[in-house]
Amino acid sequence: MKFRGKVWKFGANIDTDAIIPARYLNTSDPALLAKHCMEDADPEFIKKMKPGDIIIAERNFGCGSSREHAPLAIKAAGISCVIAKSFARIFYRNSFNMGLPIFESSDLADNTAEGDEIEVDATSGEIVNLTRNKKFKANPIPPFMQELIASGGLMNYAQKKQMKKD
Amino acid sequence: MGMTITEKILAGHAGVKKVIPGEIINTRVDVALGNDITAPIAIEEFRKAGGKKVFDHNKVILVPDHFTPNKDIASAKQCRILRDFAKEQNLTHYFDQGDVGVEHALLPEKGLVLPGDVVIGADSHTCTYGALGAFATGVGSTDLAYAMMTGEAWFRVPETMKFIYKGKLPLWVDGKDLILFTIKDIGVEGARYQAMEFTGETIAELSMAGRFTMANMAVEAGAKNGIFIPDEKTKIYVKERKTREYAFYTSDPDAEYAEVKEYDISLLEPQVAFPHLPSNVRGISTVGSIPIDQVVIGSCTNGRIEDLRVAAQILKGRKKAPFLRLIIIPATPAIYRQALEEGLFQIFLDSKAVISPPTCGPCLGGHMGILAKGERAVATTNRNFVGRMGDPESEVFLAGPAVAAASAVLGRIGGPGEL
Ligand code: SF4
Repeated sequence: MKFRGKVWKFGANIDTDAIIPARYLNTSDPALLAKHCMEDADPEFIKKMKPGDIIIAERNFGCGSSREHAPLAIKAAGISCVIAKSFARIFYRNSFNMGLPIFESSDLADNTAEGDEIEVDATSGEIVNLTRNKKFKANPIPPFMQELIASGGLMNYAQKKQMKKD
Repeated sequence: MGMTITEKILAGHAGVKKVIPGEIINTRVDVALGNDITAPIAIEEFRKAGGKKVFDHNKVILVPDHFTPNKDIASAKQCRILRDFAKEQNLTHYFDQGDVGVEHALLPEKGLVLPGDVVIGADSHTCTYGALGAFATGVGSTDLAYAMMTGEAWFRVPETMKFIYKGKLPLWVDGKDLILFTIKDIGVEGARYQAMEFTGETIAELSMAGRFTMANMAVEAGAKNGIFIPDEKTKIYVKERKTREYAFYTSDPDAEYAEVKEYDISLLEPQVAFPHLPSNVRGISTVGSIPIDQVVIGSCTNGRIEDLRVAAQILKGRKKAPFLRLIIIPATPAIYRQALEEGLFQIFLDSKAVISPPTCGPCLGGHMGILAKGERAVATTNRNFVGRMGDPESEVFLAGPAVAAASAVLGRIGGPGEL
């Protein structure tokens, strides 16, 4: 699977309150959440972005609360994947559990500008900055997480496991 | 090579002799917790995956505490989902108005989370229960759905960082100051994916309330869990509350740590975290003159009776500053009742505070005290991110109840020493 899109850049420690402010958490409707995606980091973001675009961030993306509304809002807004130098742990597991593709790369953010076009090969972890004609490699995804992705998220994985037991 | 307390609890619940940091394991869970924000998604996922009955109706706990008493129609709808599910699944531990308190104050108080447990909660501050010597960590709604179905959760076994505190706690310095100081030292991702083990002579003297405060904010340093070795104080705390048997674990002397930090806190002053990160911490003597509009005393971090007593001690015979709102939120109905019976409400009302029913309320900018653009609050809560308590251009300063109460009187950020 490959993702190709325009880059939106964010800094370090983008917290879940910036991704989806708690004042909108009185609902879990993905379409309503998407409207406020990244609002407290960049109020104009949702107007500027297009489906398929890619978020690139610095360290510790998604720190703070456990709200799955955060990856959900990003996914529902149409962002194809998020690539950061590192992710906060609950956001990391939530993304795999619910199926938002995320990748860790230590050098992509420093060599990519907002508006660049990039392509990500989800299987090999290869990232190409098409605008600058540069290649990068994402950190390998642990085998268990690969299994989760292959099953289509944690609940499908659970169902498969259940079927084996029955 | 020995194991840390975190490794031992995880190994025990995974049914293996030993676990190694970095390894991914599946464990059984003793408690799976959800609230009015996270449980609706979990319940939907549970149903979508064909879930009929939760794995154990005593072990799935639902606490609608965030937007309750229902803030608006949308939140009423969310809470309704929890209530209906609790009835349908015959959940033993579902807490509605009158019984409900802030989840991480409520569960330990009711003896529902105990030493040696593995607890997951679809709320990041689930790590609070580490104060009891349990492995407790925040997860997402899908993890909760998975646990409701299977009684299990997957984890990457964390490395452990050990924090040793030495010295006697100075006046007005408590758990909040210790943890803010620690987060300042290691940063908001200083313990990312790791366990924080808190030990040392200062910790032995620290109250259970102070330990809950510290474990609560482990996630603010990026940690998976915060944990204390249970002792006599733990025993006294759980003795009268326990709803089932429990086990004390301890770390082996030859356990391996990723890092060991030692702090002498005998000269520590009360700490304040400036916007917009919990690591942006300064000592109270260096804050300068910062006028404030609101003070909030409450939350899963500092809404316990011990915190309210500290606030009352400072507010007694004093009034809040003019044009300032002082909001006090006892974290649970039992704390509320106790504060009332001890006469603390009298002191609060005399100081012109408003007393809220137990709720998360303003802590996450939900309701019960939202900030307008340009307003500043001192709060005993745990997060001061952009927009956390209201408008994206408002500011939150984090502190313990002593500084919060003193600031309410002063109308600017200041410590009890200035009164
Ligand atoms: S009091 Fe605040 S931090 Fe604690 S559970 Fe409620 S919203 Fe979360």
